[in-house]
Amino acid sequence: MDKKNVYLDNQTSTKLDDRVFNSMKPFFLENYFNPQSVYFLANHSRLALELARSQVAKLINADKQEIIFTSCGSEANNLAIKGIANALKYKGKHIIVSSIEHSSVLNSSKKLIAEGFEISYLKVNSKGEVITEQLISLLRKDTILVSIQYANPEIGTIQNIKKLASVVKNNNINNNFVAFHTDAVSACSSVQINVKDLNIDALTISSSIIHGPKGAAALYLKDKVPIVSQIDGGIQENYKRAGTENIPAIVGFGKACEIINNESFKNNVFIKNLRDKLITGILTKLKHVSLNGSIKNRLVGNVNFSVNFIEGESLVLFLDNYGIMISSGSACSNKNLKISTVLDAIGINNFLGQGTITFNLSKFNTENDINYVLEKLPYIVQKLRNISPVYSKFLNENKQEMI
Amino acid sequence: MSFYSDKVMSHFKNPKNVGEIKNADGIGEIGNPICGDMMVFYIKVDNNDIIEEVKYKTFGCVAAIAVSSIVSEMALGKSIQEVKKISNCDVAKALGGLPPNKMHCSNLGAQALHKAIENYESRCKK
Ligand code: FES
Repeated sequence: MDKKNVYLDNQTSTKLDDRVFNSMKPFFLENYFNPQSVYFLANHSRLALELARSQVAKLINADKQEIIFTSCGSEANNLAIKGIANALKYKGKHIIVSSIEHSSVLNSSKKLIAEGFEISYLKVNSKGEVITEQLISLLRKDTILVSIQYANPEIGTIQNIKKLASVVKNNNINNNFVAFHTDAVSACSSVQINVKDLNIDALTISSSIIHGPKGAAALYLKDKVPIVSQIDGGIQENYKRAGTENIPAIVGFGKACEIINNESFKNNVFIKNLRDKLITGILTKLKHVSLNGSIKNRLVGNVNFSVNFIEGESLVLFLDNYGIMISSGSACSNKNLKISTVLDAIGINNFLGQGTITFNLSKFNTENDINYVLEKLPYIVQKLRNISPVYSKFLNENKQEMI
Repeated sequence: MSFYSDKVMSHFKNPKNVGEIKNADGIGEIGNPICGDMMVFYIKVDNNDIIEEVKYKTFGCVAAIAVSSIVSEMALGKSIQEVKKISNCDVAKALGGLPPNKMHCSNLGAQALHKAIENYESRCKK
């Protein structure tokens, strides 16, 4: 196959849906008014903002007033962690987060330590699942907030949020209100989310990985759950998040949510088929590889493999040479030269972790894309293994068996 | 601008002198203490102390692979004395620079090669 571009890094950024792009266009050159202005034409912006709010709310079965728009998922996570913690601190200062959270959750909770908060970290099992018993054992009288990511972008594992939230809500150690937040950024394009049924207090959702534009995200905050704003200024978002609303991005975000609402069922089937083809293909074409994460509770688009004897950054850049774009959790590909926190948390040894790569598919991928990857990948892996001293050692040690 | 220089990428894509030498005169193996990666150099030395053959195997990032490739080129045909003088900086420079957090990978190349020479010299003494 000739070289082509195959984008398989859809938990990092996604291609905008054409319909999303079209919905945004009028808000740059025609309806550029501030929704807070009183003149007639500003009505367009106001209406657009509220339409988007309903579209986002509908996707997760929230009420419209429960949606707070932010600029990105990280901001929404900061608002949730710092904002809820500060609003509830008179009741206690203990927070529980999982060890595989996004850095915006991990680092905003870490920052609270200086203010006297205490953070406990939930471990995960080798599949990346939070262990309910451990959650129960970590709950204390002064626990005020629990935050557990809905699905992990790296290994694709989806948590049983309903069960975890009910454990927190029905515990008998702490009779206070304990807020439950989930970062659903990776989950919201494919997992059906119903905040009422889940019985959770806060949820983060973001536009940029659901084929919407960058620059918009939201925090769902259940009615009456207290929060302290993190950006202070005007009256926007009901005093919970000041700053002029990024109308074009918010409009696109709303549209992207509407599209998911209407089409995700069909898209999920399609993406899952491609994903399974990729997984089976890799397992049949490559030796000494292992699939990470859960098989059953897995994001429809996620594939994560540890490829033995080679290092992930070199694999990623070799694939890039053929137009295939993926990511790696290896130490060498992380700026801090440590294996990714998620791989570390699921207990992968450093050596195997070095060869770990992540594919995240989207509705824009095709069967041809997968065929192309399955054609190039084995060749590249072999090439890198041929350079690897660890591989030659392995071959020497196993000579007998091979003959 | 891409993360790596063109020179790094071209060595990475087509690493020179990859392999092992069966009856090498010197072998040097080194692990990267930071990320846990690994490099092994093999040399063959002629009667005039000139490196007549050099091969290596590398488990590591793009920088590490490019480093081993350029080090092998820098060493080939040189005398042991000259090769001993190759420093980490020379390697990084020859590659048109490396990103700051990848400088430690350039150490691997020269170190593994120097270890191979030490190994060769210790054998000569015997
Ligand atoms: S070999 Fe690990 S960062 Fe270069």
